Amino acid sequence: MLLTVTDLRKTYATADGDFDVLRGVDLSLDAGQTLALTGESGSGKSTLLHLIGGLDVPDGGRIVLDGTDLTALDDAGRARMRRETVGVVFQQFNLIPSLRVVDNIAFQARLAGRHDGAWCDTLAERMGLTPQLRKYPEQLSGGQQQRVAIARTLAPRPRLVLADEPTGNLDEAAAAQVLALMLELVTDTGAGLLMVTHSDRLAGQMQRRLHLSRGVIA
Amino acid sequence: MTGTVLRALLSHWRRNPLQLFTLLAGLALATALWSGVQAINAEARASYDSAAATLGEGTFDQLTRSDGQPLTVASYVALRRAGWLVSPVTEGRLDGVRIVGLDPLTAPGGLGPVQIADGADVGAFLSGQGQVFGRAAALAALPAGPEKVESPDVAPDTVITDIGVAQRLLGRDGQIDRLIVAMTQPIGQAPLSEIAPELIRKVAQGGSDLGRLTDSFHLNLTAFGLLSFAVGIFIVNGAIGLAFEQRRPVVRTLRALGVPLRRLMVLMALELALMALVAGGIGVALGYVIASLLLPDVAATLQGLYGATVAGTLQLRPVWWASGLAIAFGGTAMASAAAFWRLARLPLLAGGSPRALSMAAGRSARVQGALALVLLVAAGALALTAQGLVAGFALLGSMLIGAALALPLILDRVLAMAERLSRGVRAQWFWADTRQQLPGLSLALAALLLAMAANVGVSTMVSSFRLTFTGFLDQRLASELYVTAADPADAKRLVDYVTPRVRAVLPIQSAPAQIAGFPAEVFGARDDATYRDNWAFLSANPDTWDAVAAGDGILINEQLSRRSGLSLNDAVTLGGRQFAVEGVYGDYGNPIGQAILTEAAFEALYPDVTPLRFGLRLPAAEVPSLVEALENDVGIPAANTVNQAGIKRISLDIFDRTFTVTTALNILTLTVAGFAILMSLLTLAALRVPQLAPAWAMGLTRRELGLLELVRAVLLAVLTALVALPLGLALAWALLAVVNVAAFGWRLPMFLFPLDYLRLGGFALLAAALAALWPAWRLARTPPSDLLKVFSNER
Ligand SMILES: Nc1ncnc2c1ncn2[C@@H]1O[C@H](COP(=O)(O)OP(=O)(O)O)[C@@H](O)[C@H]1O
Ligand SMILES: [Mg+2]
Repeated sequence: MLLTVTDLRKTYATADGDFDVLRGVDLSLDAGQTLALTGESGSGKSTLLHLIGGLDVPDGGRIVLDGTDLTALDDAGRARMRRETVGVVFQQFNLIPSLRVVDNIAFQARLAGRHDGAWCDTLAERMGLTPQLRKYPEQLSGGQQQRVAIARTLAPRPRLVLADEPTGNLDEAAAAQVLALMLELVTDTGAGLLMVTHSDRLAGQMQRRLHLSRGVIA
Repeated sequence: MTGTVLRALLSHWRRNPLQLFTLLAGLALATALWSGVQAINAEARASYDSAAATLGEGTFDQLTRSDGQPLTVASYVALRRAGWLVSPVTEGRLDGVRIVGLDPLTAPGGLGPVQIADGADVGAFLSGQGQVFGRAAALAALPAGPEKVESPDVAPDTVITDIGVAQRLLGRDGQIDRLIVAMTQPIGQAPLSEIAPELIRKVAQGGSDLGRLTDSFHLNLTAFGLLSFAVGIFIVNGAIGLAFEQRRPVVRTLRALGVPLRRLMVLMALELALMALVAGGIGVALGYVIASLLLPDVAATLQGLYGATVAGTLQLRPVWWASGLAIAFGGTAMASAAAFWRLARLPLLAGGSPRALSMAAGRSARVQGALALVLLVAAGALALTAQGLVAGFALLGSMLIGAALALPLILDRVLAMAERLSRGVRAQWFWADTRQQLPGLSLALAALLLAMAANVGVSTMVSSFRLTFTGFLDQRLASELYVTAADPADAKRLVDYVTPRVRAVLPIQSAPAQIAGFPAEVFGARDDATYRDNWAFLSANPDTWDAVAAGDGILINEQLSRRSGLSLNDAVTLGGRQFAVEGVYGDYGNPIGQAILTEAAFEALYPDVTPLRFGLRLPAAEVPSLVEALENDVGIPAANTVNQAGIKRISLDIFDRTFTVTTALNILTLTVAGFAILMSLLTLAALRVPQLAPAWAMGLTRRELGLLELVRAVLLAVLTALVALPLGLALAWALLAVVNVAAFGWRLPMFLFPLDYLRLGGFALLAAALAALWPAWRLARTPPSDLLKVFSNER
């Protein structure tokens, strides 16, 4: 099993008292599997993704990723997980504005010490980014930016790819194209994919589908 | 409507208290810097003026009796009646302290402590027991009686007081030792020989050198004061620009809701005026505190400078308040002009995509680069050709502004190169990210550049000044004691008396002359080891003194050389005789040309001149007893002798105080530059989170990010310091070699002080590191949820 989440809990302290976002989430994912996570806005999908990605810490429960207990790691340990094992694609503001496209694509792989120039070239080519390599992120369209983000996430060949509404900011045609490319490449690398979406049509393209409601998997 | 709009505008500050603080603190600091430097400058000026005054009564001509006896009040009254502007002085020693009694009502300005010249408390000075002014040590040695006022401006072991008090203290009622002759006298007064034939006029000598030297110093110090102010204005500019930038959305919304642009601008201007008032007030007070903290002995003098009364409490003079507030308002207006202009042209509908912004930035970078290039080329051309004061200041201005404009571009190039050369991904990202921060930091870095350059310049200038001046004193005051005789008979008695008692007697004799069409003073020097050992030349043939002693060599000073174009081996005609220029010597502070011949040649040319001044060489320890013996046995008053050790001690003392002033200036400007960096970093902090969040999400720790933030600030400071060093040296060079020559006709040699620069660079790095510490720490502690918000849909 690539990912096992057991009884995951997260509570936010707000002005009106504590707010339990996740109340015991269980889920698991195999390598090479694709999973869609749906749910209403505010149901805690992003929160769950952040916890799995080692971006935040849960208040209870366990996350075992590729044999490592994430919840037992410190700040530096989680940072290493983020570099080497997981890749996250966000809805927006993904890229490092000061670096050119080519350097953005290679960034995470080089951080992880797994840079493979030929693979990066392949990714750029298949994402249709070859003409844009010397540009800066702000010079690209939204769809192009998101393709850079996906290429960058896949460059170090992560075991698990997390995507939080990766096409939410794109128009329908661009969204379909980006998603198709992502699925194709994830399948090629054999990684697991966990994607948050509230589009039924997109969720339908994934192998499995889970629904988050009132802090638990329905 | 106005109230509603105002509330909406002001609510911004309630939500962003840190920004409000930044703006107020920036303004207050700029004002404080201005006021503080003003105070320090004024303090330095006052201490020079009075030190020069107490030191060299030689600034003024003096009348004494030819027999060395005290004057009668009758001859004083007779002179005043005849229209002579003279002022009586009684002088003597009491318990080892030299007591100088002046008449404050008739003394020419610039004589005695500044407080008296300021007309401070003439009443207390004159009435009752009176007041004596002096340093603590000298005051302590005096018996009780008159009120003692500590005044660090008075020369060591000297006190200054009213003539009546001095006469009482010395037990010499009604006695006057000499009369000071004011520089400007009414025309048509009867000659001295008619009114008071028993008096002789002693022409001023020596004192004016110091006065002119310090004139030059004041000019340079003023230039640096202005530079420090420029540093302050940079900050105000930055603070206002950023505040306006951040309120764009509010302004846009208000205008969309129907608020007229004009009303909005007026309200914002009023808001700024209010801030200028508050911050200016704080700044004036702060500058006052800084000045009194930084200058150990400024407190007492401040009373004289800014509080009207010597005995009163420390108070700020209205003029000081007014100038401080004017600076705050003026600076605010200058700094906000651009912001208002941008505001007026702000499109109603949000545009401002990051891409459009960066394209505009690219365009303005090109304009800035072109402007910097033009200014620096102009500075280069001026450096080669500049003559005259206006050109000198144009050189300074174009150099400084050009460098400040060029700095961001230079840094950008350097960082781009580092990015290309870097290997690791972290390094590459670091350089690229640093480059991206440049526009936001460039104002603060320009402030740091100017501060550093000003400090390098001021250190170089002051230290060069000190070296030159002390070297010059060593040369010119090589003899241990200088004695002036009243008349030829007196001189003969003097020479007969001292010749068996000292190692050498060096007559000092001169005559006015025309050399190459320029007025000059010709001196006849005795061939003596004193000159051979101590004189240094700007340019000279080997065996200079041998050639002069041989009779057909002549030495000329720098001023004469510059004016007449005479240089080494050129021929000079004097009284029909030809002399060859054997050497050119520095003659700092002297306004006119000077030339030196050997004694025999001089006597042949000017047989009528009898020397009245003599330099005496003897062991330093024997000087005091000789002075006393001269007074008792030959009848030459102590006032007519000048003790070289005393002058040197006083001048070194002056320089110690100068260094206090310099250090104060250094600390002040670097503090302000450090504050500018802190402010920029804090303002950028909000923008930083979206830039750093992706790097964090991909596996850099927050600790790492915070550390890199610190490293970045220090690195930028290092690069800036590297640019500032040559700029500061160029600045010093322009001041010493161009402005000074234009203003005073002589060039102050420039020396380099690498250790000083190293220490200054260290200070600058420290300032940058301290400024970056808190923002970096805050960054390292950013909660993950804040970083995650960057990616969330709600954004
Ligand atoms: N840092 C936070 N502090 C307090 N409440 C939060 C925080 N982050 C998210 N929330 C709240 O938790 C709930 C779930 O948020 P999120 O996981 O983003 O939902 P989803 O992605 O499913 O729309 C929302 O109600 C949101 O307002
Ligand atoms: Mg979400």
